[in-house]
Parts: sequence; structure tokens; C-alpha cells
Amino acid sequence: MVEGRRVLVTGIAGQLAGMVAGILEQRDDVLEIVGVDVREPQHDLRRTEFVRADLRNPLVARVLEAAAIDTVLHLSITSQPKAAGGRGLMKEHNVIGTMQLMAACQAAPALRRVVLKSTGAVYGSSHTDPALFREAATPQLAPRQGFGRDASEAEGYVRMLGRRRPDVEVSILRLSNLVGPRLDSAFQSFFSLPVLPTVAGFDPRLQFCHEEDAVAVLAEVAAGAPTGTLNVAGSGVLTLSQAIRLAGRMAVPVPLPFVSGVAAALRRSGRADVAPDQLRMLQFGRVMDTTKLREEFGFQPRYTTREAFEDFLERRRLHGGIDGEEVVRWERELYDFLQRKGQERFLEAQRADEGEHA
Amino acid sequence: MSEPAGNHARVYSLEEEREARQSRSAEGRRGDRPRCAALTASGAPCRNYAVDGELCRVHARAGTADGAPVNQPTRRAPGLAAPVGGHDRAADPTVSQPSAPEARTGGQGSQHATGGGAAAQDDHGWRADGGGSEGGPGYGSFRWAEAQLLQRGYGAAVDGLELLRDAADERFLDALRGLVAFLRRRMTGEYDVDEFGFDEDLTTNVLMPLLRPMHRSYWRVTSHGIGHVPSEGGGLLVANHAGTLPADALITRLDVFDLTGRHARELGADLVFRTPFVGELARKTGATLASSDDADRLLAGGELVAVWPEGFKGLGKPWRDRYKLQRFGRGGFVATASRAQVPIIPTAIVGSEEIYPMLFDLRVVARLLGLPYFPVVPQMFALPLLGPFALLPLPSKWIIEYGEPIDTGLLGEELAEDPMALFDLTDQVRERIQQMLYRNLMGRRSVFL
Repeated sequence: MVEGRRVLVTGIAGQLAGMVAGILEQRDDVLEIVGVDVREPQHDLRRTEFVRADLRNPLVARVLEAAAIDTVLHLSITSQPKAAGGRGLMKEHNVIGTMQLMAACQAAPALRRVVLKSTGAVYGSSHTDPALFREAATPQLAPRQGFGRDASEAEGYVRMLGRRRPDVEVSILRLSNLVGPRLDSAFQSFFSLPVLPTVAGFDPRLQFCHEEDAVAVLAEVAAGAPTGTLNVAGSGVLTLSQAIRLAGRMAVPVPLPFVSGVAAALRRSGRADVAPDQLRMLQFGRVMDTTKLREEFGFQPRYTTREAFEDFLERRRLHGGIDGEEVVRWERELYDFLQRKGQERFLEAQRADEGEHA
Repeated sequence: MSEPAGNHARVYSLEEEREARQSRSAEGRRGDRPRCAALTASGAPCRNYAVDGELCRVHARAGTADGAPVNQPTRRAPGLAAPVGGHDRAADPTVSQPSAPEARTGGQGSQHATGGGAAAQDDHGWRADGGGSEGGPGYGSFRWAEAQLLQRGYGAAVDGLELLRDAADERFLDALRGLVAFLRRRMTGEYDVDEFGFDEDLTTNVLMPLLRPMHRSYWRVTSHGIGHVPSEGGGLLVANHAGTLPADALITRLDVFDLTGRHARELGADLVFRTPFVGELARKTGATLASSDDADRLLAGGELVAVWPEGFKGLGKPWRDRYKLQRFGRGGFVATASRAQVPIIPTAIVGSEEIYPMLFDLRVVARLLGLPYFPVVPQMFALPLLGPFALLPLPSKWIIEYGEPIDTGLLGEELAEDPMALFDLTDQVRERIQQMLYRNLMGRRSVFL
């Protein structure tokens, strides 16, 4: 197993999978990389072989066997219904695709390791949440629909594979909200809006993970690090209002009863793909505990939540009208003004004094 | 006073501030910062943080004033030269100010000719500014705004502001700079929020000052036994809950902060976090969900945690049950404290029962609104007479007593696994608070005085 790995990457056309494959290509201990997707990848990949197939297609099982794949990187779980061609197709792909893939994995004799890219959305988002989710936490209100539900069902299939095939190591990475210069995410479209709708009376805590960190963790786990479930996020939190201020943008608080209407209008106009289950995120937020990632796995994310977000703003040119430096200049101008004003008054008083004495 | 920056209103760039914040978080929370060594007018030790070795900002300056009795406040250019170092620190307490000791020694040195000394400093500042400032005058917009104000007949307002400045002297500029720096931080998002959503900047600079008049003047809170609250490390404050609205939680929190400089992190019911605005404010002031997960995490981080185990049963109890403690939840707080091996500080709050005496509970309305109770308070009958003012809480006199800590460390961690011992200790805490309540009620002259 040490001499080399043969890796299968699902969802290779996706941005994140492309970046992970790029890193794996540079490693000598990775002998072969096979990418599976329904779309042709646009990345600049050299060694990766591409197989055009749907995960539900039996072709995948044959590839697993023929190429003697020992590591499966399942990165194709998607959160964006529009990109997947509708919510129905998205669920079909996320859940049924994972089920079929895991069935194929169970039958693949050479398989030793499965890595699933999951999401923090499996914890849901509600007012009964603990401040930070540990990996072992079971949410009081599990997500009943949408991406979070898909991901937790996919996790179930992956874990079941782990139980049925004890010789296969299973890793589940729960990534928080991904931001970065290359990756398209829900937050990217959200922060591209001219004014940012928020839920009036709620200021969720957000946690971000920079795409570089996500890619690095995925590549490392694929190459053979610990098994089990792992939360992946930058340290620290930002509140949504703070994030909006950092971006120099304006928030428009929408009263709770109108929130889903506004979201539907945005979805219809095609400006932002905010799924209904993500609205709860704008209300209650979600923060994961990343102690296990840091201490047990020993991975230090390069970006904190704030740095990830600032890098994202900068590289995506998402800064709004209010410039931080400008505000600092106003402040300095005010101080200068006050100081000179005082000096003038003082000199005046002194002159008047001298006049008196004379 | 040789350093021109000391003479200037210095603005910290975003980078500098970020650095300062990082270095501060590296050296630990504000708990380890040294306090001022001086005594206040009333003889109690000053609770401000020391800024230059041993004295706080106020006493450092007071020392200067004593040393230089020839102080001519009306003639001195207000708030310039030497005190500028002080303003900067007021403007941003997170930044350590290198020119601070200079400001002090400079003041003492110039005691023979205060007026002349100030003049020289001003002169210096003027020249240094004219020579070395980047980008020209750079205060044109404010000059312009002032001219506009004068032109439009708001001269009186400008005069009034100047009068205020003359009267308050440095404090006015101090306050102004503090305010401007705060606004800048809020506009640019340059502040820190911890994992629980606690926004210390907002809490200490806006919310607590807003609440302070209620604490000082309206309810005239007196408290004793603050020495029982640990000045560092974890601790669990357990108190009685009453008064229909959780004002007692806010006031106790403020009282602890004003007396010890520590933020007691409240544990709140999930209803709080579901309610718009209330939930947002609760998180920003450092409250979090009353769950063993969050409580353990806070205590493990060495925070002071405050809990009101009666919950809504205590808040929404009828008037006839005043000062009778309700069931203390399921004793989860004792388990939490013993797991974290921190002391429990029983706290009795007298006065909160009388702010909104609950005559009836309209259960039907409460159920329709999804609330735990819907109180009818006497103030409601004054509504037609006084309008919205009627709904103000009654100005009862409050007494807070922090009792002797109960050390859970002696009982061992296994206590958390022993329900009988747990209930026992819960009862003990409850009994202790009840006794403290009775004692303070006996000592009270009247409800309102």
C-alpha cells in the first residue's frame, strides 16, 4: 500500500475536486488518478484520466475493479440545486449516487480507503444548537430537507460501508462554508448582491473555510491520515453583520415573515441561489468545533475565518462602497481639525492676553 | 515631548490595530492586566487598568495636575499637547501607547511655567505638523462643515459645543475620540466576536453604559460580598430569578462587571435565541444556550458563568409567591460545576420581584403567542393615564448579595455521575440562596427606599 495509491475522484469537473486532483498529481506516491463526472472537467490536469459516467452507472464499479482503485475521494456532493439541474436531480445525485457508489465500493476488493466530502449543514441550524458543534454532536433538530439532509444520508451510506468492510478506512470531512477566489459558493452569490438581505433581529455567527485549506485537508486525508469524522473550518467566527461591514456593504433587514418570499424572488431572478434550507443559516448560523482537526489530526488551517473571508473579498473584488481606509481617513481628518481648532483658539487667547498687558 | 506623534491626534491604521489585538489575545484576556495602584476619593482601590506601569489613565493625569497647581484651565488650549497621549488611549484602549509616560513626566517638568510650557508644546506641534504631515492639511471637509453650519445659522450649536468643550476640557475630547474610534471600528468591522458570538466591544462601550443609569439611579443597587466572586478562573454564579422580564440577569451581570471587571456569561433558555432581536442581543452580550455543552466549554475556558436555574418558573411566578424559590431545574448546573471543578457562588437578588408584580397570568394569550406566560402587571392599569410610560418597571431598591462559594472541587468529579449527591447539593445551594433572600428582606427598610 505504501508504494503507491490509485485514486478515484468523483465530481472531477467541480472546482474543488479539480484542485484536489491537481495536488494529488504532484505526489509521487499517487500512481493513478481517475476522475468521474458527467461533465468534462475544464481544469488543467495532466495525469488524471477522465471517465464520463454518472455515479449511478454500473460503469463506475467496473472502473473501480479494472483500475484496482484503493482510494475513493467522493467529492461530488453538491449544495447548489441550480448547477445540478434542479432540486430533484440534486437529491438523486447526492443520495442515490452515493448509495450506488458505496455499493460498488463494497464489491471492490482492492479498496482500502473512502473519503467523503460532507458539510457542516448536517448539523442543521436552529436556536437549540450548542454554540459549537463537536463531531459527535447530534442536532436537536436535524435538517429535514435540502443539502443538509442529503449530506447526512450520504454520510450514512459511507458509514455503513465502513461497518460492512472493516478493512476499508472511512473518513468524513465536514467542511464549513467554503470561500475562495476560485470556488463558486452560495456566499459568493450572496455577497455579490448590491445590498445584502438579512433576517431582521438575527445576526448569525458564521464560520468560513478557505478553499486552499479545504483542498489541503482533502488531499492529506486521501493520502492516508486518520479515519473518522472531522470538522474542517478556520478558527474564529464572524457575525453576518460584521462580515457585511468588512465587505463595506449595506444590509437590508427583512422581517421574518417576508424572508422566504424575498429569497424566492432572488432565486427566480437568478441573482442568488439561496435554497430554503440555507435561510435558517442566515437566522441562526452554525459554528463547528475544530479542536479534533487541530489536535488529533494536527492540521493547522492557514486561514482563520476572518482571513479567509477577507481574502475572498479581495480576490473576488467584492468590496462595496464603504472603504475601511476611507473611514480611517475621516477619523484622522476630524482629529486634525479639532487639534488645529484648539491651537488657533489658544493662540488667539494668548494674543488677546498680550494686548491686555500692553 | 520630542516625539511629534505624541503631539498629534494619532489614528491607528487597521493593520496596527489588528496587530495590537493579536498581541493582546496572545498575552491573554484582560483578566491578567495590572490594575491601578492608587486609591480613589472614597479610599477604595481604583479598579481601572493601569496603563503605564502602576497608575491608570485617570490617576496618572490627576498626579500631573497635583504636581502643577498653576493650572489655568480657561487659558490653556483645551485638550492639546500633553494630554493627547491620553486621548489616544481613550480612543482605543486596546493599543498600548508609547508616549504615555512622556506625557506624565512632561507635565511635571513644566510645573514652573505651565502656560509657557504648553505654549512651547503647541508651537512644536504646529511646526511638526506643518512640516511632516502626509497629504496636506486633510481636514478640509470638517472646516467646510463648520463653515456651513455657521452660515446656516447654527452658530449657536457650534458655540454650545465649544462651551461644552471648555467646561469639560479634556474629558470632552476624550469622549469624542472614544466615540469616533468606536464608530470607525463598527463601520469597518474591525472588532472581535468570540465563538459564542460575544461582542465585547459593543457590550462594554454601548450596552453597559446604557444600562448603568438603571443600575445606579433607578434601582440604586447595593451589593455586598463581591469578594466571593473569583477574580480569575472559572466560577458559576447561581441566582434567583424574578420580575417577569429578566432585568435581574442584566443588572447582576453589570454589577459583577463594574466591581470585578469580569464578564459573567449568562446561560439562557432556547426561547431567548429564537426571539428576534432578543436572541441577537443575548448572543452579542455573551449569553449562550443553557446546555451542558456550552456551559462546560465556557467553564473550561476559565470564564465566569451565571445561571438562573429557576428559569421561566421563577420569572413568571405570581406575586403571592414572591421570594419563594422555585424548583432549581434538574440540577444540571451543579453537575456542570463539578465537572469543571469550579466553585458555585450562590447569589441573592432582592428587589427584582417588585419591578413588575405579576397579578395574573393570561394562559390563553400566552399559549397563542407561544410564550411561557403572559403577565398582567399593575402598571397596565395606568396605561390609559400615562401612556407607554406606565410600562416602566417600578423603581424598587435592589440589594444583591454574593454568598460564600461552595467548593465543588472537594467533592470530586465523580459527583457529576451521582444523582443523589447532585440533588443534595442542588438543594443546599437553593437553601443557601433562600436564606440569603430572607436575611436581606429583613434588613430592607422598604420596597422603594
